[in-house]
Amino acid sequence: MAGSQVRQTAIVLVIAVIAMLVAPSLIDTYTLTVLIIYGMLALSLGLIWGFGGILCFGQAAFFGLGAYAYAIAAINIGESTVPFLVGIAVPFAFAFVLGAMMFYGRLSDVYLGVITLVVTLILFKFINSTAGPEYVIGKARLGGFNGIPGFQTLNVPGDPSWYIYDRSFYYFCAIALLVVYALVRWLLASPFGRIAVAIRENEQRVELMGYDVRFRKTVLFAIGGAIAGLAGTLFASWAEIVTPGMFSLSQSAEIIVWCIVGGLGTLTGPIIGAMILAYLKFLLGQQTLFDSTLLLGLILVLSVLFLPRGVVPTLALLYSRIGQGRRRPSTRATARRRMRASADV
Amino acid sequence: MPGNQGQNVDLAIVVAIQVIYSIALLVLISAGLAIVFGMMRVINLAHGEFMMVGGYATIVAVNAGVNIYIAMLIVAPLAVGILGLLIERLVIRFLYGRLVDTMLATWGLSLLLIGLVTLIFGNTTTGISPPIEGFPIGAYQVNGYNLFVIVITIVMVLAIWAVLSGTRWGLIARGTMQRSDMASALGYSPDRVYMITFFAGSALTGLAGGVLAPLVGLVPTSGTQFIAKAFITVISGGASVIAGLLSSATLFGLVSQLFTFSINPMVGEIALLVAAVILLRLLPQGITGRFFRGSM
Amino acid sequence: MTISRRTFLSTGSALTLGALAAPSIIGKALAAEKIKLGSLLDTSGLFDAYGKPMDMALRLAVDQINAGGGLAGREVDIVAYDTQSDMALYTQYAQQLVRKDKVDVVHGGILSASREAIRPTLHKSKTLYFYNVLYEGGVCDRNIVVDGVTPAQQVEVLMPAAVKKWGKKIYILAADYNYGQITARWMKKYAEEAGGEIVSTDFFPLDVSDFGSTIAKIQSAAPDMIVSALVGGAHLSFYRQWAAAGMKSKIPMASTTLGVGNEHKVLTPEEGDGILVAYNYSPELQTPANEAFLKAWADKYGDTSLIHEIAVSHYQGIQLWAQAVRNAGSIDYMKMIEAIEGGLAIDGPAGKVSIDPKTHHAVLDVHLMEFSGQKLKVIESFSQRQPVDTQAVCDLAANPDDNQQYEIKI
Repeated sequence: MAGSQVRQTAIVLVIAVIAMLVAPSLIDTYTLTVLIIYGMLALSLGLIWGFGGILCFGQAAFFGLGAYAYAIAAINIGESTVPFLVGIAVPFAFAFVLGAMMFYGRLSDVYLGVITLVVTLILFKFINSTAGPEYVIGKARLGGFNGIPGFQTLNVPGDPSWYIYDRSFYYFCAIALLVVYALVRWLLASPFGRIAVAIRENEQRVELMGYDVRFRKTVLFAIGGAIAGLAGTLFASWAEIVTPGMFSLSQSAEIIVWCIVGGLGTLTGPIIGAMILAYLKFLLGQQTLFDSTLLLGLILVLSVLFLPRGVVPTLALLYSRIGQGRRRPSTRATARRRMRASADV
Repeated sequence: MPGNQGQNVDLAIVVAIQVIYSIALLVLISAGLAIVFGMMRVINLAHGEFMMVGGYATIVAVNAGVNIYIAMLIVAPLAVGILGLLIERLVIRFLYGRLVDTMLATWGLSLLLIGLVTLIFGNTTTGISPPIEGFPIGAYQVNGYNLFVIVITIVMVLAIWAVLSGTRWGLIARGTMQRSDMASALGYSPDRVYMITFFAGSALTGLAGGVLAPLVGLVPTSGTQFIAKAFITVISGGASVIAGLLSSATLFGLVSQLFTFSINPMVGEIALLVAAVILLRLLPQGITGRFFRGSM
Repeated sequence: MTISRRTFLSTGSALTLGALAAPSIIGKALAAEKIKLGSLLDTSGLFDAYGKPMDMALRLAVDQINAGGGLAGREVDIVAYDTQSDMALYTQYAQQLVRKDKVDVVHGGILSASREAIRPTLHKSKTLYFYNVLYEGGVCDRNIVVDGVTPAQQVEVLMPAAVKKWGKKIYILAADYNYGQITARWMKKYAEEAGGEIVSTDFFPLDVSDFGSTIAKIQSAAPDMIVSALVGGAHLSFYRQWAAAGMKSKIPMASTTLGVGNEHKVLTPEEGDGILVAYNYSPELQTPANEAFLKAWADKYGDTSLIHEIAVSHYQGIQLWAQAVRNAGSIDYMKMIEAIEGGLAIDGPAGKVSIDPKTHHAVLDVHLMEFSGQKLKVIESFSQRQPVDTQAVCDLAANPDDNQQYEIKI
């Protein structure tokens, strides 16, 4: 990892830790927790799309799989440690298989998008129709449209009656997000990550240099799946119910929108985009003056027209412009800095 | 086995009509998207809402005393075409070549349209009755309106083909899509071509919404059920607008109806999706990426 | 008299502080006076066709309560959130209602999933919860009151009437989710008890809107009637396509869901007339309570055409809760529970509704109705039907700590 990147990551982490400690005095921790979970979900897509160039219309599939895997395992086992790991492992494995199928089949671009969309729809339709008593895994009924309620939520490993909930759950999620962020940063700085970005830029060239593009894309995709699964696991524990809506097309689209609004090609962008939009939705539901759907739609259209690069890159640009005014006016250096600011945050 | 030979033949005819109908339906709901995506590379996530607006336009016109055929075949396409034109001028034209941004913008538009329609018409289900009587085939009654949908679809496909291959404008449009720099060097403004293409795509989508209006219960969120199917059909078809659309709709309509008949509607829906996965795995560029190459 | 600068300053600041504090103290005193009613409904998004009229019914009911002097001498204040047809928002707002707003009761939830999403939160915090929607039955929780119709209540009236009227062979069409699946099983049970026979049962995902192949299949089976539990806008297409194929005059139909979303006003008389249904409410009921309700609605909103079964059910839920407060004389939690279990009853727009103490479900009138000229014409009324499905699995008198939704074995 280059020195400047380490410093940058450290700065982001420090700011995040401060935000984590200050935020509960402004917003209810219960709401904050779900914002963090959505942030992690957005990060998973931000990684594979923004850095791997893989446009996945079905990130919700891994989110839902993680949640369902956790819920089903928790009902059967009762203690949350193994289910927690299952909730990450299942979507990882699923994403790995799906990714291998797609990348070794040389699927790319929108064709890949459609496959992921279709797989999500299949899962959604299947789960929706599992209301009957014949759909059981161990002791857990799949529950169909109504979902699965009443499973063991997250507990301190080894003690099923010692629940991690409320404020401690908030800190658990926040720290999980920080750890994932740091790991992803590290991954991107490693040779693996650099080649992944190179593949995004020019797949053919990387392939001609002798790298196995298909395997690398598959692994990156699976990592994204695992992070989304982790988000799903946390969400299940937060909501205490999992429903097929988690697999829905609108959930998938929402994740895409979070990434675009926050700023694609950055890691903090999707996280912040998710938090802003999810909080906005939460606020919109508290007023009765305007139709929430209408306002949300309007905001999205306007943000595309006036903030085309996303929130975080735009802020980074503003920041570097201010810096430029104060420091030396070398256009070349600032241009380079600007590029980096928008690519590395 | 209950029923005699004659009844089985009747059933076979009924099934055949139903299969053709569902193929036609897929073509109808996907045509507008195919034009907009296939020729302009714009993924219009508000496609379903365009259909929904077409449906509402039809119902409003019929309730205002307009003849139902005029409402479906003229009012709805015009209304949605103009809506599309407005949206193209106000939003989309700033976003050409930016696939991701058009997705976000059209997703926002779809929410906006749902909100607006809810505001104007409320959220209760509305609808009109089909104007055509059912008729018997042997021991079976068949929905006459389904045949009308089939005919409209055939006429529509022929019209698209005629415009693209036979007219000067079709030639310019295809040329612009392939090499916009050359076209503009020859004096044709890509801006105008895109605008007209988007209008045409929107109008076709409005037509689909209008024709389907008598068949469904319409609510402002009705559009969401069509977008995924239309999208899958268009992408699986591949680069050629007409050949791709027809081939993928035929495949999917056939698969889903056969499974619906022999097992149940749920399996039918899933079979369609599984067919799409297998198809794209085998033909990563869609059907026309491999077969019918260079056709329209 | 000399006033030192110091005393002057301190009195002055005390005065200013007092002046600043006074309004907030008054405000607090008033707020403490008010009873807080939390509401969670989808007033936008996919399910708003159900949620919006429910929200209107809620506001009407609370207006009437306040106009009548409030409850236990206190006014009722609504804290309402729009859950936007998003399950995650239900959980979030339920927490907000419990922790921040500290409401005294929560009314709301539409889908079963939304109810199950908020029930644990409300149960843990001992916030009384009224779920006022028709649903599949089986919830057993002392903290909840359910005043919607359950399948057994409807189906035990509907099936014998249909079999008597049309014959024995029945073809069932149902929405492919929990409500549809469970209702289909009750249909089978009551049909067989009435001497009927199920020839086939088909389930449809909620977004299916093309029923051509189903219509052909039904014709092959040639049943004496169709019984449907189809749900939502997409499924409404079935009735349209059925009529368009010219089948309506050939095979009659009964339904447990058609009309809940005011579908009888959407279908034309040619498409709808003659369909048999059974519900708790019809706007055509000729009772003083219903006439008063319709008039009050018309005075507040003008148009009464939005009123549907669930909106009335919600209205009655609020009336039930208000009556419980009056009986208890306070909003103290245990006193409220005792009031609920102590013969709680109201005379609502749809007739008498009382709460069964063992299940916290409603005992209510069920009316057998027929679609006729876009109206629900009442044919026969069945008074005070017990929630027999939930009663089969739930006894809160014996197990007051029970807290789950049972799957009812039929």
